[in-house]
Amino acid sequence: MTDKPKLRLAEPLDVLPDLAGPPSAECLSFRGGDAANLLIRGAHVLDPAADVDAVLDVLIRDGKIVEIGSGLTAPDGCEVVDAAGKHLFPGFVDPHVHLRTPGFEYKEDLATGTRSAAAGGFTSIIAMANTNPPVDSAGALRSLRMRAAEEAVIPVGFSATVTKGMKGLELSEMADLAEAGAVCFTDDGLPIADAGLMRQALQYQRLAGRVIALHQEDPRLARGGVMHEGAVSARLGLAGIPPASESTLIARDALLAEYEDGRIHVQHLSSIQSIEAIAAAKQRGVKITTEVTPHHLSLTDEAIGDGTDANFKMNPPLRTEADRLALIEGLRDGTIDIIATDHAPHAAHEKEIPFEQAAMGVTGLETSFPVVYTDLVLPGILPLELVIDRLTHGADLFDLDRPLIAKDEPANLTLIDLEAEWIVGEEGYESRSDNSCFAGKRVQGKVLLTVASGVTAHRSRSIALQEASN
Amino acid sequence: MRNLLGIADLERGQIERLLDRAESLAALSERENKKLPTLSGRTIVNLFFENSTRTSSSFDLAAKRLSADTVSIKAASSSVEKGESLRDTVQTLSAYGPSAIVVRSPYVGAPGMITRWTDAAVINAGDGKHEHPTQALLDAYTLRRRLGKLDDLNIWIVGDVLHSRVARSNIFCLTKLGAKVTVCGPPTLIPRQIEELGCEVSYTLTGSEEADVLYVLRMQNERMSADDTFIPSIREYASRYQINGERLGRDQLLMHPGPVNRGVELSPDVVDAPQSLITEQVAAGVAVRMAVFYELLATRGPDDTDGQLKAAEAVAIAPEDSR
Repeated sequence: MTDKPKLRLAEPLDVLPDLAGPPSAECLSFRGGDAANLLIRGAHVLDPAADVDAVLDVLIRDGKIVEIGSGLTAPDGCEVVDAAGKHLFPGFVDPHVHLRTPGFEYKEDLATGTRSAAAGGFTSIIAMANTNPPVDSAGALRSLRMRAAEEAVIPVGFSATVTKGMKGLELSEMADLAEAGAVCFTDDGLPIADAGLMRQALQYQRLAGRVIALHQEDPRLARGGVMHEGAVSARLGLAGIPPASESTLIARDALLAEYEDGRIHVQHLSSIQSIEAIAAAKQRGVKITTEVTPHHLSLTDEAIGDGTDANFKMNPPLRTEADRLALIEGLRDGTIDIIATDHAPHAAHEKEIPFEQAAMGVTGLETSFPVVYTDLVLPGILPLELVIDRLTHGADLFDLDRPLIAKDEPANLTLIDLEAEWIVGEEGYESRSDNSCFAGKRVQGKVLLTVASGVTAHRSRSIALQEASN
Repeated sequence: MRNLLGIADLERGQIERLLDRAESLAALSERENKKLPTLSGRTIVNLFFENSTRTSSSFDLAAKRLSADTVSIKAASSSVEKGESLRDTVQTLSAYGPSAIVVRSPYVGAPGMITRWTDAAVINAGDGKHEHPTQALLDAYTLRRRLGKLDDLNIWIVGDVLHSRVARSNIFCLTKLGAKVTVCGPPTLIPRQIEELGCEVSYTLTGSEEADVLYVLRMQNERMSADDTFIPSIREYASRYQINGERLGRDQLLMHPGPVNRGVELSPDVVDAPQSLITEQVAAGVAVRMAVFYELLATRGPDDTDGQLKAAEAVAIAPEDSR
């Protein structure tokens, strides 16, 4: 297995110093719990960042990986997981999750959202700030972090808005927000349409630190569109969103970030034009990173069919097969740094309505790995280790601790049965919402166990555990 | 056929069957007693979430001619304004056991969604900018009556194609029946990649003199917002795209789905010109919609087989025939 060509790991960028606050990695909130004592026996351990790719036993004591090797024995009080035939990966990191709290708890809350993440193999996530009210003040952020310290089953970092009330008119108190523990800044859900304000945000980033994550969509070009502008929108009579609504803002903000030496992260890339804009900026040395969602890697606008299922409505929209293939290629060659879900739960009454009226967004945490594995790894399009890297590398981009399966590291890992087939949604979801665009899809790859920050956060009912009996 | 959601779902044979049925039903409407007992005792709900005069009255009359009981619900008087969801409204109405629900919605796909929540046949009377299948059927019916067949006809659809469900249904219907369709209008009102529906695109009227039929669309001011005007002015639009006496050839036919903005897409004189089929289009509405009800309802259901209905019709028709 050492003959395989070495995977080129995505490199972390220089992240700005956290001038105004504690390091981002120290700003995650988590309810904690009993530290895990587990012997995971005989799993195929695959962690490209830790350079591990072998069948091994992993011993976790008090939430920490204390030994990796063969023929390990379980000390007293240690549970044994027979993981033969299963894969053990570093925990996934998703910097783009909507936990909907405060304000939209009927869609998701900190408990259901983090349970959903754990069920998808994630061990840390970043929550978006487009809540009600938005997270645009240190007070709101502190109270949210206190709630997460009671409810979140995996560590959550909270973003704060770039602009007050996400109105795009004036900057939020970014320095105070960083001090209160914001891990990044974003108006996600909305673009920062005003170029002058965007420039000021980049200037102010020198004080506040943290990455600015951007939802790129020129509202005048998107013009009330509800899906990709193309043959399918022409057939259905649905207003289209041209790819240029995304790529033009990416190009603009890349130029601004270059000029101000800022650090930006472009969220949910959807089109060829956008990939090209990112590639050109990276070539010029702009501190820019980007992400792609599993649904943009797996589906196209053809999935919208007769336009009666709003679970295919999200922003940016599903685009063409050429875009999808380019996104896969971008992920392979590193133009696209990571996979992120943009997990966007909505209640049934917001989705079971006509496409044009329905809310934008789909859930994604519980299907992220299985969908990418089924649609991209199994057919041989992307190597498994690359997918694992792109699912964990988000930590580096946002200056969080990257989960590693290595001695003395805290246990952030997930055990997955790559053989297990299941049908999305058949047994419900951990998320409070069920607006998955993959509902009914047969996928392969089932998360059996997730240990986040040393605490067992998810355990499939089918997993066999036994008390150490020596 | 269980529902009529759009022309895109139909095959040529199904369209022709509907048109044939409409012709035989049209013959009946020339009698003094225009009523058939076909749907006696059955209920048809007309659910209109958008204003409509001709379409809703035509569906209503078509249902009554087939002796169905009709319930017509306008959005303004429905519970929708009180916040009731489409699903709740449909489920409530379904409790009356309707055989069919005719629905017009400002939103694409609403009729298709409704099929999930009711056992009734669902007929699309216009959904957003998507489809308006009965309009396309009555247009094809009108043309076929005048010309016999549509094969190889050269038809230009002129105007605001972007906002037009009539254009979309007609592109599907006319091309399925063998005609060659060109859509024409200002580039801001022609959807990107519309040619993938099987039509050609022209941004000027040059070449339209070769057309057998000019099908002119209504400028849909109601679908344009103040900051989305799409065209610099109605004046410039009219100067370039209005069909007037000069642009309408002596042997060309003129169609329009109505209501006409006189002086915008059509000059007043051509509306009533001999080449105009506009009145015939309106007249065709009832027969075509009767044919749709007949096709969806009379040939369906355990105790309403086609044969029994034909027998019932024969009885109903007999007295008049012998008069």
